[in-house]
Amino acid sequence: MLNIENVTKRFGHFTAVDDLSLQIPEQEMFGLLGANGAGKTTTFRMILGILDETEGHINWNGKPIDYSASREIGYLPEERGLYPKQKVKDQIVYLARLRGMDKKEAEAELVKWLERFNVPEYMNKKVEELSKGNQQKIQFIASVLHKPKLLILDEPFSGLDPVNVELLKNAVQDIRDEGTTIVFSSHRMEHVEELCEKLCILHHGRPVVQGGLREIKSSFGKKNLVIHGDFDMRDLANEPGVIKFQPTAEGVRLQIDGEETAGRLLQIVAGKGFIRKFELEEPSLNDIFIEKVGSRYE
Amino acid sequence: MNKFWIVFSYTYWTKLKSKSFIITTAIMLGAIILGANLNQIIASFDTDKGPEKILVIDETGQLYEPVKEQFKNMEEKTVLVKVEEKEDKVLEKVEGSEEYPGYLILGLDESGLPEAVYKSKSVADFSTAGNIQAALQSVRGMMAASQLKLSPDQLQLLNSPAPFENIALSDKAKSEEELNQTRGLVYILLFVIYFTVIMYASMVGMEIATEKSSRIMEILISSTSPVQQMFAKILGVAMLGLTQLILMLGTGYFVIRSRLDSLQGGFFDFLGFEYTKTSTIVYAVIFFLLGYLLYATLAAFLGSLASRVEDAQQLMMPIQFLLMIAFFLAMAGLFNPERGFVALTSYIPFFTPMLMFVRIGMLDIPAWEAFLGIAVMLLAIIILGIIGGRIYKGGVLMYGKSNSFKDIKKALQLTKK
Repeated sequence: MLNIENVTKRFGHFTAVDDLSLQIPEQEMFGLLGANGAGKTTTFRMILGILDETEGHINWNGKPIDYSASREIGYLPEERGLYPKQKVKDQIVYLARLRGMDKKEAEAELVKWLERFNVPEYMNKKVEELSKGNQQKIQFIASVLHKPKLLILDEPFSGLDPVNVELLKNAVQDIRDEGTTIVFSSHRMEHVEELCEKLCILHHGRPVVQGGLREIKSSFGKKNLVIHGDFDMRDLANEPGVIKFQPTAEGVRLQIDGEETAGRLLQIVAGKGFIRKFELEEPSLNDIFIEKVGSRYE
Repeated sequence: MNKFWIVFSYTYWTKLKSKSFIITTAIMLGAIILGANLNQIIASFDTDKGPEKILVIDETGQLYEPVKEQFKNMEEKTVLVKVEEKEDKVLEKVEGSEEYPGYLILGLDESGLPEAVYKSKSVADFSTAGNIQAALQSVRGMMAASQLKLSPDQLQLLNSPAPFENIALSDKAKSEEELNQTRGLVYILLFVIYFTVIMYASMVGMEIATEKSSRIMEILISSTSPVQQMFAKILGVAMLGLTQLILMLGTGYFVIRSRLDSLQGGFFDFLGFEYTKTSTIVYAVIFFLLGYLLYATLAAFLGSLASRVEDAQQLMMPIQFLLMIAFFLAMAGLFNPERGFVALTSYIPFFTPMLMFVRIGMLDIPAWEAFLGIAVMLLAIIILGIIGGRIYKGGVLMYGKSNSFKDIKKALQLTKK
């Protein structure tokens, strides 16, 4: 169990993380979302013990995390990097040994992982000879080789093609199933929706949304309504309860404040003509994110 | 295994196996072996030619033999050869052949004493001209003595040199001759200290800047404490430096031992091996290590402030300046080792490695002064290590434009709560 308790981090006058509390039970996959500069990396660095928290505490299974827990922790930083001039095997084994793994064991595990990622021939290649996506795979291996109990992945899927995203996603799920607690951040909302049971959205260092994916969505209130029909729907924009109006090729896409409004709108459009589609959708995480963090985001 | 040793041995082995290390070491060892065989190499060029001949036109018919005899005692590689031709013929001969550096005309002046004109292709060859002059001088002396009817005893008395001895008052000081002899070796060892400290200290700084710019640093510091890493790297590179130094000294020792007889005269007198004490070499190694540790610690935290390798080079400029100042002070001290500024600066940590070494090499200073210098160095290294470690811890997390010393403050702030 990773317990983050009222943690605040200030750099001089700048507050990077403001009163953040999170409980992440074992074997859970937790998503930390936020715009650039929201405080995700600072939070990760505090979890890892690289930075000290200004206020509050972070505990892993009841103990603060320091270098003695290094064997149990895995970390994939957002800024990727390996020694460009050195062979994959040499540096991965080095990094694994720094995590407290035995040399032989690390080599054996590396062989398994390279085979899993269909790149066994990279064993003795220099990192600079690999493509960016493949370097990323190697770096992912570096963060999980020692079978950590707590795995922190900062933007694990950025810069990968869809095939490799699938490959990595499956790997992450398998690691979770083996009992690892995973905290990860991503810009890609669909990845978070797909993988996480729980999440937290950070904005300017403050948690603005927090909890299980399902509760977050249902408590958000707003829903999306898609109507396809061959009649003029422009006046729907002025109906009470309609928050956003967006014409599409086949009709409209509306954001409304709840199911009641949906019922009322159905009655209005029913008399106008033939309705090919009338569907009430759960809000996507993307909608929630943009709503909470603001449309300034990217 | 302790993580310190993992970082230490990884740093050492990857650097040891690197091409640049192997190549520089090979070049240095090659230079040593070449240097040790310098005499033979020079000799092999010399023996190609026979002795040079200076043609002599003896207008008197009696001076040639005595001058030739005198000259033979002074110079071996050149001989005087008498010719009977006229001067213009001789000139043609000299200009036509490499064998003859010039010709000499012997004659008598008004008082019946020898005089000579030496015409040579190169006026730069002072030693031959000087030797001819000296030979002529002594013949002239003998002839003048016989004109004055001096007995050989009287002549000898006249020519006897004034006894002169230079004795240092303090028996601790090295004699003038010893000083000159030692200077050569101290000079070379100073160069070695200067270059190795600059080379290995910036290797540490560059290594750290590279790890930062390649962003592997973040993984490293999440696995091991940054301070532990910093010192493991510094010592790993120190080990590398020692390896190179031992290889060099070992090779040097071996070739010198195997060629002891041939290593005399000329260049090797300058090195003064006869007067070198083993302790000078030992101190050179000690001061290399201490100097390296001090400057490498400085380079490590300066390197940690840079986000790009180019910035690191700029940030490490002060190190090079400090080392250069130390080197110039040491060079000045080499010729005046007893001056006050040498003693003073030998206790300033950044200068100690070179200045104290000059004093140890050139003077016989009491052991406690050397140990005091070493203690000052150790203290400075510890203080700098503690400060440097803290800056390093924050510095490795900073990215962005960084080439000002304000960053030190920023880095320290990062490590705070």
